[in-house]
Amino acid sequence: MDKKILLGHGSGGKLTRELIENLFVKHFSNEVLDRQSDSAVLDVPSGKMAFTTDSFVVDPIFFPGGDIGKLAIAGTVNDLSVSGAKPLCLSCSFILEEGFPLAELEKIVISMAKEARKAEVSIVTGDTKVVNKGKCDKVFINTSGVGLLNASFQHISTGDYIQPGDKILVNGSLADHGMAILAARNEMNLHADIESDCASLNHLIRKVLEAGVHVKFMRDATRGGAATVLAELAENKPFGLEITESKIKIGENVRGICEILGFDPLYVANEGKVILVVSEEDAGKALEIMQSDELGKQATIIGEIVNQHPGKAWLNTGIGGKRIIDMLAGEQLPRIC
Amino acid sequence: MIKFIDEYRDREIVGEFVERIRNISKKPVNLMEVCGGHTMAIQKFGIPSLLPAHINLLSGPGCPVCVSSRQFIDHAVALSRLNDTVIVTFGDLIRVPGSSSNLDKEKASGADVRIVYSILDALQIAQQNPDKKIIFLGIGFETTAPGTAIGMQQAKQKKLNNFFLLSSHKIMPPAMKALIDEGVNISGYIAPGHVSTITGSKIYEELSEKYKVGCVISGFEPVDLLKAIYMLVRQFEEERPAVEIAYKRAVNREGNIKAQKALEEVFILKEDWWRGLGVLPESGLQLNEKYRALDAGNFQVEIEPTREDKGCICGEILKGLNTPKDCKLFGTACTPQDPVGACMVSHEGACAAWYRYNR
Repeated sequence: MDKKILLGHGSGGKLTRELIENLFVKHFSNEVLDRQSDSAVLDVPSGKMAFTTDSFVVDPIFFPGGDIGKLAIAGTVNDLSVSGAKPLCLSCSFILEEGFPLAELEKIVISMAKEARKAEVSIVTGDTKVVNKGKCDKVFINTSGVGLLNASFQHISTGDYIQPGDKILVNGSLADHGMAILAARNEMNLHADIESDCASLNHLIRKVLEAGVHVKFMRDATRGGAATVLAELAENKPFGLEITESKIKIGENVRGICEILGFDPLYVANEGKVILVVSEEDAGKALEIMQSDELGKQATIIGEIVNQHPGKAWLNTGIGGKRIIDMLAGEQLPRIC
Repeated sequence: MIKFIDEYRDREIVGEFVERIRNISKKPVNLMEVCGGHTMAIQKFGIPSLLPAHINLLSGPGCPVCVSSRQFIDHAVALSRLNDTVIVTFGDLIRVPGSSSNLDKEKASGADVRIVYSILDALQIAQQNPDKKIIFLGIGFETTAPGTAIGMQQAKQKKLNNFFLLSSHKIMPPAMKALIDEGVNISGYIAPGHVSTITGSKIYEELSEKYKVGCVISGFEPVDLLKAIYMLVRQFEEERPAVEIAYKRAVNREGNIKAQKALEEVFILKEDWWRGLGVLPESGLQLNEKYRALDAGNFQVEIEPTREDKGCICGEILKGLNTPKDCKLFGTACTPQDPVGACMVSHEGACAAWYRYNR
């Protein structure tokens, strides 16, 4: 019989120890974690630090283009990166449902280790709890992360320096993650070849920042999609946004599914897309750097900051009309991350 | 995947229609769309921003959730509280406010409420749960009613004695007539595309003739909508209202005979209540004698007295007498997160469309 997670795996006793040593430490191994102390003790240089946390409950846990583990690493790495920070290390907590196959857990852990290596971050501390069958759905993961923030990038998370003329960029096609999840759920018998864009964006972002591009704002367009980021960016500000629909890339299959189900791709979640506001002079350079990276090949300038209609984001529609981009109200799709 | 989208979103073709509309349109004109899909598409593509200011686009009672009575929700809520009962519905209905509760709240307190995308999924639930009563909430116009009819036929064939329907299905033409009877100034209807694929364009002939109002059936893409608007403006300027089709790739005069037959076989017309319009004779669909045993209306439940919200002007909005912006609750007390009126709940509702695209 396949090995399953038992309540004992979360008891803190022998089974817990086995799980930690044979699974987590084995795959996540690094100098800090291997000490297995109650707290990870880190060497930190002086300066600013960014700190973030996120929980992952995606259903299904394996989907084209990723899984809950990859998502848990990339999600937190991206939250740090879009603040201008260089991700340093992560914590990782699992809530497991009794009876969850160990083999699947290992698959998730291997995927996390792989993504962490790729992003060059260490998983330095963690926790495991097991709940009775039916009290959670397979596996939930929380990751928290810290990153080092160069004081000269401190303005990026708030966007204080944004001014009319600045350009708005995105590193590729939108709505891939949300639609991949939807298609992977068999509820609707939709078969579409869509892969999630789930990826750690820290290297792409670092390249742009280190080239001296004047980045004034960044945000990853996750739940609520690009529309929510753009609407929030404009909200209560003395400037407006103007977005050109024809510059926004949407994959052919993604667009098809969105049309069938009546989703607006601007509101569908992404897990590997960053929206940047860059000074007008540096926009070309930023675009070039992004397009030379694997994760930014399809990057485009989708709009700009304008003096008109302060506080509002306008979309110039593909047919030449105009409309407002507003925040997502309610949830288009539950449990996408 | 889907092809032939770009052709109907072509900027140049759109531009040509806009030009033609501007050239022929001289007098102020009110055109009303009576389909939630049109409401959404018009706002999503920013079509009003392309038209001369004197062409006024009104949103009519085209969103099934919006026109249904609060009593329908109260009835569904009461049924959801019965033991061994599963309420099966399209997602839109879950958050529609009833008098004191809604299906979302009932679900959170333990009622078995499930969202499906087709009545056939509901039948499957009935087959898998023979010891439970499965109640499907049927809602929509001639577009969705044939699906329900076919579901009921299958339930009968499969001898499923645990599958029931609570019907709020309605038909469109009585509402289109009632609006004009009420004195709403409408010079032309952008007639619903999906409804018309089922019914054919013939259902608008009597209306157009009697009330001298144009009815042009439109699709859901910008080129379709602008073509329909162009045809309506042309009819209006030339003073020759008529039934025309701007959506010939999907609609003809006769419609889908098979679907019409299914409707006839399962339903009869009844008088029905419409938000904003009140009771309209022969405007709702209920199961006929043959299917009466499958009617969830037969269950003995106590339905709470219906309470409508004060200040909500959904009724006036559905008649095109007011726009969402005229409502003092719009965007403040009534938002998509916390809707007061049904027009804000359904994503096809006029208030929800305005909130998202036009605020």
